[in-house]
Amino acid sequence: MSDEVDSTRAGGYAVEMRGIDKAFNGVAVLTDVDFELRPGETHAVVGENGAGKSTLMKILQGVHPLDAGEILIDGTPVRLRSTQEARAAGIGMVFQEFSLIPTLTVAKNIFLDHEPRGRFGLLDDRQSVRRSRELFAEMGVDIDPNALLGSLGTAYWQLTEIAKALAQEARVLIMDEPTASLAKTEADALFALIDRLEARGISIVYISHRMEEIYRIADRVTVLRDGRRVLTAPVADVTPAQLVEHIVGRRLEGALTWQARAVDRTTAPLLEARHLVAGPRVRDVSFTLAPGEILGLAGLMGSGRTELARCLFGIDRLASGEVLVRGRRVKLANAHSAITAGLALIPEDRRAQGLVLDHSVRDNLLLPLLPRLRRGPLIDERKGRRVADELIDKLQIRLASPTRTVRLLSGGNQQKVVIAKWFATEPTVLIMDEPTAGVDIGTKSEIIAMIRKTADDGLGVIVISSELSELLAISDRVLVLRDGTVERDIFREDISDEETLQLAVQGV
Amino acid sequence: MTRRTASTGSAVASKPDSLRPRWLQALDRFREDWRSYVIYIGFVLIFLLFAALLHDDGFLSGTNLLNIFRQTAMISVMAVAMTFVIASAEIDLSVGSVAGLASVVAAMAVTNGGVIAGIAAGLAVGLVVGVINGGLVTMLNIPSFLVTLGMLGIAVGVARWITSSAPQPILNDTFNTLFGSGDIGRVPGLLIWTAVAVVTGAVVMAKTSFGRRVLATGGNPVAARFTGINTRRVKFTVMVVMSVTASIAGMLYAGRLQSGRFQLGTGDELSVIAAVILGGTSLFGGSGKVVGSLFGALLIGLINNALILAGLDTSQQQIVRGVIIIIAVALGRRK
Repeated sequence: MSDEVDSTRAGGYAVEMRGIDKAFNGVAVLTDVDFELRPGETHAVVGENGAGKSTLMKILQGVHPLDAGEILIDGTPVRLRSTQEARAAGIGMVFQEFSLIPTLTVAKNIFLDHEPRGRFGLLDDRQSVRRSRELFAEMGVDIDPNALLGSLGTAYWQLTEIAKALAQEARVLIMDEPTASLAKTEADALFALIDRLEARGISIVYISHRMEEIYRIADRVTVLRDGRRVLTAPVADVTPAQLVEHIVGRRLEGALTWQARAVDRTTAPLLEARHLVAGPRVRDVSFTLAPGEILGLAGLMGSGRTELARCLFGIDRLASGEVLVRGRRVKLANAHSAITAGLALIPEDRRAQGLVLDHSVRDNLLLPLLPRLRRGPLIDERKGRRVADELIDKLQIRLASPTRTVRLLSGGNQQKVVIAKWFATEPTVLIMDEPTAGVDIGTKSEIIAMIRKTADDGLGVIVISSELSELLAISDRVLVLRDGTVERDIFREDISDEETLQLAVQGV
Repeated sequence: MTRRTASTGSAVASKPDSLRPRWLQALDRFREDWRSYVIYIGFVLIFLLFAALLHDDGFLSGTNLLNIFRQTAMISVMAVAMTFVIASAEIDLSVGSVAGLASVVAAMAVTNGGVIAGIAAGLAVGLVVGVINGGLVTMLNIPSFLVTLGMLGIAVGVARWITSSAPQPILNDTFNTLFGSGDIGRVPGLLIWTAVAVVTGAVVMAKTSFGRRVLATGGNPVAARFTGINTRRVKFTVMVVMSVTASIAGMLYAGRLQSGRFQLGTGDELSVIAAVILGGTSLFGGSGKVVGSLFGALLIGLINNALILAGLDTSQQQIVRGVIIIIAVALGRRK
């Protein structure tokens, strides 16, 4: 769109934010930020964790008041003092951490607090169900409106969120990392949905860390860095390299490019899985892992990736098959026996499964080490402090003090704490499920470097990731899972590019 | 305007369930949800068991069955309100002693000022306690467990203090007939009180936006707030309604025994909470089954009644009752 068109349509923006300032406790989070959203466009907002993306969107959404600046919706200045006011102005949010009630049905969630009424002002749930069906039909998805939300997978939660916003006639949808928990086909369905919404004139703010998505669906992109806008441009006019440069503000060395590593596969394998069967998702999986090897697990959602990790870590019981660590058969009855056998799992959902958020960084780090820190009946505090400090140092976790609660750390640093926690147990094999999900590029390259260093020390590492570019960057070998079995077992040097792997994963 | 290059609309809608017919989806839901119906299955089974075992002791006689309703009316009425409290992820431990306090206050006011004054004074007790409970929980963010634990002691203390621990006889027939002692034809008044409470509660829970807000508040407070629900107001209202209901239960006790006593309602909080949980309401909030709570209360009453008929002494009754409640709750537990 040219400048002339803009000037003739001064006020032709669906949303315009001008000169936004925001500080928390005297710390400036946003400084003089401008942001414009055109009707029917998908506008990506990118930046490292802490760059101010979420704060900017929360201001638009009425969660935080602004310190200075103004917001115009359809050219009219508005004050958004609450989420209700923002919603009334047509702004809908699809939350990263979902804003739905798991104990209610899908239809009840969609119309929560805006329920259609029937006789005597009583709620008409039949109408909500019918209208939910209509909404889903319009969106081109099929969800049972009577299903209890808690019984559905995350992909459905997201679609329900979108339906909820649409039910309230939102004209602007803010999506924060919408694909973070989606498999590829689910993400594709979401992108198709975004296209249909755009065609209906709905504007979408798309917050994401994933470059490929931005290039796939966004019309324009705005980059925030340290609370300032550093770029707004049509996506087609910037290369990924330029975008990354704007995001980090410095040239990144090739953390995200593959480095060939020497792995001695002639020695006895560290880990050997023989015909593992567990639950409906793991049907027959066999593989080996050499010392110092980084093995990538690729596959679609539902291919058995996560489930394989869970049964290797003793969370899900094996129905049959055996696991050998350093040539010895191990029993994996529960997580404790897996840890004893030398396995460690860094789970996918770090907040729920990996950390006690209200405890200090130090307590979190030492939790798996407590048996080793015992002195008589007591815990050796001094030794604990020393061990924790070493770990924090080794992983370059940035924090004010080890006694601060983990909740206060940024997402990237929280992830580092989870990883550090399991490094400390000195496992033989480290399994990582989506180790860089939701972290910024800087932290991501640090985590990848850390994984390489760990493998150089002779550990076996298994990495699960739905970002193929990341798998290609770190793996020495890639195992492609499909329907609970190993479809392909490929050395990294035999994979020419991401497309090749993508095709293998899709089973084409 | 520039346009992205990648293909769109790849039409790979994620629809594993979608091809199943609707009745199959409903069956799936039942399979996931059958545990919330455990109370009804359990109620029928235990009823049949007692009917078979205690037939000769008059368990099935009309009088005895109506007695069960009479004996559990106060628990049932309070369980309706408690369903809302627990559904909003709060708890109220003070209901039993608030009932006791309301019984003595109402009795004293009836004696000194007549029926209207008595009822007003009884309700006022509930209102004041409810505002204090709700205010402390929502304004000062003190957990309701602690607030109402404190209130449990305060209410009993006040009741004993103002009466010097003496029973307060009620000689006013209108009051006694209205609350607890009267019958309409063959139908005990207490049964009508129970029915009104349960029907009102069930409709409010399932069919009004207030009920929906209560469930949302208990199911995910953050999400509820983001949706625009004033969760503090919801919790405050629920706490006030609970205390007022407890004061009505206190007056029902007073009318039935024709006197107010501080001991009335002692320990009821446990029966009420057990009834609600037995009824399929999650102790963690977010679900609320009013009719289930009624059956939970009736089940407890049924067990009490049967154990007495069976000739067990009080100590044995307590043990059997405890065991049955644990088993029932364990069966109804969601994974």
